[in-house]
Amino acid sequence: MMKNVIEVRDLTVVRGGREVLPAISLGVTAGVTGLLGPSGCGKSTLLRALVGAQQVASGSVEVLGEPAGSAALRTRIGYVTQAASVYDDLTVAENLGFFARVLGVDRSSADEAIEVVGLADQRQQVVGRLSGGQRSRVSLAVALLGTPDLLVLDEPTVGLDPVLRRDLWELFHRLADGGAAVLVSSHVMDEAERCHRLLLMREGRIIADGSPDEIRESTGAADIEHAFLHMVEGTEEAA
Amino acid sequence: MSPRITWAVAGRVLTQVRRDHRTLAMLLVVPCVLISLLWWMFEDLPGDLFDRFGPGLLAMFPFIVMFLVTSVTTLRERSSGTLERLLTMPMGKLDFLLGYALAFGLLAAVQSALAVAVSVGLLGLDVNGPVWLLGVVAVVDAVLGTALGLLVSAFATTEFQAVQFMPAFVLPQILLCGLFVPRDQMPAVLEAISNVLPLSYAVDAMQELVGDADQGEVWRSIAIVACFALAALVLGAATLRRRTP
Ligand SMILES: Nc1ncnc2c1ncn2[C@@H]1O[C@H](COP(=O)(O)OP(=O)(O)OP(=O)(O)O)[C@@H](O)[C@H]1O
Ligand SMILES: [Mg+2]
Repeated sequence: MMKNVIEVRDLTVVRGGREVLPAISLGVTAGVTGLLGPSGCGKSTLLRALVGAQQVASGSVEVLGEPAGSAALRTRIGYVTQAASVYDDLTVAENLGFFARVLGVDRSSADEAIEVVGLADQRQQVVGRLSGGQRSRVSLAVALLGTPDLLVLDEPTVGLDPVLRRDLWELFHRLADGGAAVLVSSHVMDEAERCHRLLLMREGRIIADGSPDEIRESTGAADIEHAFLHMVEGTEEAA
Repeated sequence: MSPRITWAVAGRVLTQVRRDHRTLAMLLVVPCVLISLLWWMFEDLPGDLFDRFGPGLLAMFPFIVMFLVTSVTTLRERSSGTLERLLTMPMGKLDFLLGYALAFGLLAAVQSALAVAVSVGLLGLDVNGPVWLLGVVAVVDAVLGTALGLLVSAFATTEFQAVQFMPAFVLPQILLCGLFVPRDQMPAVLEAISNVLPLSYAVDAMQELVGDADQGEVWRSIAIVACFALAALVLGAATLRRRTP
């Protein structure tokens, strides 16, 4: 049995006076894991807890064998927030150069990251003048700096065309083949098929956990979208 | 804390300012224009009014401008998610703060060099103390503005709100700093308030340099402004949270 890259136990998070994560537990192994669920179910909140950016009420979160947010993890996790967290008034190259210096990785790594997300032609352009999809790829490139052991990506493919999305999912798989764990949130169900493993989330709870095949089989649905609808409605009936 | 990261932040802030021509103009050209305007206004009046008001204005520029620019820039960092991302990286809070202080301190040095050159060289401001000491006052003053700007950005959610801190935080200091009415001639209550406002000491230092030029007095005022700046930086550090609600 492989050791979990992420181990969450009884995690409770309260945001704006509401319990967003109600004492949930989960584990994430190497490979590409998809975190899927409707808008507002708590995906970003969970990811923020994993990178140590979220205040938690109780419970424990362990990442790569260390408590989430500990100093040893800060160079080992690549994190893409839901909004592109890059400087609009700097060029692509300047953004990557700055974050590379903060992480202590050399410039060639910055150039490489720009290549990987397909922005080599835009490297001297100011980020504020790029398209939405290009901006989010700059943000993704920052997360790739220094070949992190874990990538936490909050909806990295929103607003991208099918070709780019396919390329990025191929990239996630290459990274996973290289030994990194990749955790991707999405509410686009067709992306689910591309994951090794899925976590389906609803109202802060993990309602299903398994490979796409397992999840389809357990519900007898034709695809993940229907499996998900089936589960969400099933839970409602049970409640 | 690491010098590499501190420099990275300072370098990045300077690149951002360089890219933004309007801000650069506000930082470097506007003070020179305003001080010239002040001189021109007093031109036909008897007495040396320019010598009385000029130093106060020189103390105000770095403070006001850096306060404004920093509060908006750091608010942007907070709301765009770049701060959240940086704090998940090996970025110390001190690296972040000192990086900003360094960048704006440097800009203040250039700004005051220009404004002082115009005032002394062109407009004939009489400075009895060493001119470079005016620069020291300006830099410490700018760091104070930067630190306060950083601090208030934690209490604003939009850039509009951040700018509104200007009248609340800065205007009272301008009124009570001793420029309009000497501080020892104010009503006792106002004098007491003016004694706990940092800008008063920055203006004191500048006026001392133009007037009696007792260097001990100047350094005492500089030290007080520096203490305020340090306190604001510490409070600002407290508002930089790795974990947010
Ligand atoms: N800054 C905040 N303050 C208070 N409550 C918040 C805050 N951010 C999110 N919430 C609440 O927490 C809940 C979960 O939000 P979260 O952002 O984790 O959802 P999500 O699953 O990522 O949604 P989406 O797919 O739309 O990004 C929501 O109900 C939201 O109202
Ligand atoms: Mg989200």
